[in-house]
Amino acid sequence: MSGARDDRNRGAVMSVIVQSAKAFILKELIGGMWLTLKYFFRPKVTLNYPFEKGVLSPRFRGEHALRRYPTGEERCIACKLCEAICPAQAITIEAEPRADGLRRTTRYDIDMTKCIYCGYCEESCPVDAIVEGPNFEFATETREELMYDKEKLLANGDRWENEIAMRLKAEAPYR
Amino acid sequence: MPKVTVDGVEIEVAPGTTILQACEQAGKEIPRFCYHERLSIAGNCRMCLVEVSPGPPKPAASCAMPVAEGQQIKTDSPMVKKARRGVMEMLLINHPLDCPICDQGGECDLQDQALFYGFDRSRFAENKRAVKDKDFGPLVKTEMTRCIHCTRCVRFATEVAGVEEIGATGRGEDMEITTTIGRILTSELSGNIIDLCPVGALTSKPFAFTARPWELRKTESIDVLDAVGSNIRVDARGSEVMRVLPRLNEDINEEWLSDKSRFAYDGLKRQRLDRVYVRDSGKLREASWDEAFTRIAERIKGLDGRRIAAIAGDLADCESMLALRDLMAALESPNVDCRQDGAKLDGRVRASYIFNTTIAGIEAADAALIVGANPRTEAAIINARVRKRWLQGGFPVGVIGTPADLTYRAQNLGAGPRTLTDLVEGRHDFAHVLEAAERPMIILGSGAVARPDGGAVLAAARAVAERFGAVKNDWNGFNLLQRASSRVGGLDLGLTPGIGGRDVAGIVAGAAAGDIGLVWLLGADEIPMDSLGSAFVVYQGHHGDVGAHRADVVLPGAAYTEKNATYVNTEGRVQRANAAHFPLGAAREDWAILRAFSTVIGKTLPYNTLAQVRARLIMANPVFAAVDGIVPAPWQDFGTAGAMTEAPFIDPIGNFYMTDPISRASVAMARCTEMIGAGRGATGTHG
Repeated sequence: MSGARDDRNRGAVMSVIVQSAKAFILKELIGGMWLTLKYFFRPKVTLNYPFEKGVLSPRFRGEHALRRYPTGEERCIACKLCEAICPAQAITIEAEPRADGLRRTTRYDIDMTKCIYCGYCEESCPVDAIVEGPNFEFATETREELMYDKEKLLANGDRWENEIAMRLKAEAPYR
Repeated sequence: MPKVTVDGVEIEVAPGTTILQACEQAGKEIPRFCYHERLSIAGNCRMCLVEVSPGPPKPAASCAMPVAEGQQIKTDSPMVKKARRGVMEMLLINHPLDCPICDQGGECDLQDQALFYGFDRSRFAENKRAVKDKDFGPLVKTEMTRCIHCTRCVRFATEVAGVEEIGATGRGEDMEITTTIGRILTSELSGNIIDLCPVGALTSKPFAFTARPWELRKTESIDVLDAVGSNIRVDARGSEVMRVLPRLNEDINEEWLSDKSRFAYDGLKRQRLDRVYVRDSGKLREASWDEAFTRIAERIKGLDGRRIAAIAGDLADCESMLALRDLMAALESPNVDCRQDGAKLDGRVRASYIFNTTIAGIEAADAALIVGANPRTEAAIINARVRKRWLQGGFPVGVIGTPADLTYRAQNLGAGPRTLTDLVEGRHDFAHVLEAAERPMIILGSGAVARPDGGAVLAAARAVAERFGAVKNDWNGFNLLQRASSRVGGLDLGLTPGIGGRDVAGIVAGAAAGDIGLVWLLGADEIPMDSLGSAFVVYQGHHGDVGAHRADVVLPGAAYTEKNATYVNTEGRVQRANAAHFPLGAAREDWAILRAFSTVIGKTLPYNTLAQVRARLIMANPVFAAVDGIVPAPWQDFGTAGAMTEAPFIDPIGNFYMTDPISRASVAMARCTEMIGAGRGATGTHG
């Protein structure tokens, strides 16, 4: 009985000695410094944003844009499917026959503060008019600037058309 | 009564029932495009195929096959499913895939049925056909490539509207639906083909591309642009009425609606009074309600009741007319009138001013005499009902008045009231026809009683009705066809001059002579405004028509789509309209305006809520308790004896498309007037 207790006591005394020795030779500190030193010589994973940017998936859902056909004719035909599907009810569309009798929107507004970037609008669009492009840098100073109208969306489309077309092409086999 | 088994359930149906109807009675839905309950059977879409045994081992078109004893009908067997899929695939061969730009999208039979019964892909790789669009006029937009040749529109025009203006040319793939070459539709019921079209080939032109069915708020209401009281559905988005559609009511409009009621809604967005105005040194300027009320109150203060007058217009609702009557009673004025056209009708005998036969009752009549009326322009829906009865045969129709194309054959009996006397005295051939009839009906136009000798005409028409047994225990064939939706309600509420009071002509003459100091116009625009002299005119209404131009104070009221109101149609049926959206701007419900004004002059009307006004309506006349019902009016003596002039009855409506402030402000109606109707002539209710 007493032999077993002596063993336990001896173990405890040993443990204290080992702990104290490690503390005095600064093992953890040196280990940490060593790790730091290892990573110091490894390649860096952080990006120097905004001068460097990461890779975006073709499925990235960023800022909205309204596209045009190569002829310059706007694609949107005011079917209002995006307005209907939008879970945040961020899209407002008004339409009437244009002078040449075609169905086009007179108003296409997206409230970017309501938008949840789910991409349903893009999915529902039968003519690939509304898309969520690769741009994610559209922070503004005021809320008002985030109430996008048709003009702004079409301008986005014109600006990002190359990227958007490339991404749509890359995604085409999976749609 | 044949017994048939539908999907294992045995039911007994009336002989002559088609298999499609039997399946419906058994609660089975059969897809269809060409079949329509109110049109003849065409059997050309083949969508309603079912399996019938005994019979040939192939699917049968259920819409065109009558049931036979002991038939076993299967609506859901593999053969039926395959047949429907095949038919749908064939229909879609030449149907364009343009649902996103099609106005029918979201409420399209083809879309829905393709989803439920169709095949999930297309095997057709060849070119689709394209068809040139036809010009159907200012109301119906065509996209003929979408047409699936169900011929509903052709059958509707020929059978219900009674104009053979639509037909089909070519056969098979070359078949095209077209109007008479180079012509547009002129029917007053043409809008109904838009509802009938199961695809987007025929859509509404004024509604084109403006809204989708799923974004519209639907309100069930009552139409007021004629006195039929058609049941409508008002589709609104925000505070804008986007379209008006008919609602099923077998007793009134079945499922049809006249073009004016359907398309005049764009008038609700134009020329609207949405602010209070007062006239300062000859010019109207914007003011507050308080200022306007004070100005009227100042004017009224010095006036004796006899020098104040009020006229209720043709679109006024019963609540506001009651408030107007109560206000005038509080001001001790006997000069109240609701008969802008000067009709010689009074509220004493209800049977004298309503359509006693009822609209559905027309189908039980076996002869008709139309006196001084053109039902086609005055009440297009009633005319369609008369035509429906006429098509069943054994229904001679006589007309006294201007000859007009009524869409059914009618014998012209004479031009003026003398023919009425001839009929009573048996000097006219048509007297024998009426004599032989079991249940003859007489339709007396409201224009015929608005003549100076109107009272005598009314008495003569009553004499004809009594002479030929048109009024019996179970049948009342005497009908007065009203044109204004407010008229029956106004007469029910007694908006007629009190003892020593003036009627509309008297009020105008009094105002011209300076005897009347203040005239309150409740939406009354059909009186000669130039003759009101120096009287102070208060115009309460919703449109800046002639009344508002003459007014010294303009109080903006609510239009019929903006208020919960009661209207009584020409049958004497009390119906409730519901507000589709709030009144525009500063406008308020009309009874509330009158109630608010009564407080300013210290004669507060005894009601604060709509429920209280409606309770008072019932107190004023018990007929208002029977909402949506008909209270038969007891037959009594009416009309005034006297000589009738030789002057012929004239058609009171010059232009069907513009009869009231709303339709006069409507662009769609203006386009119709330009392309179909005559130029802006008499408004129909002009005194």
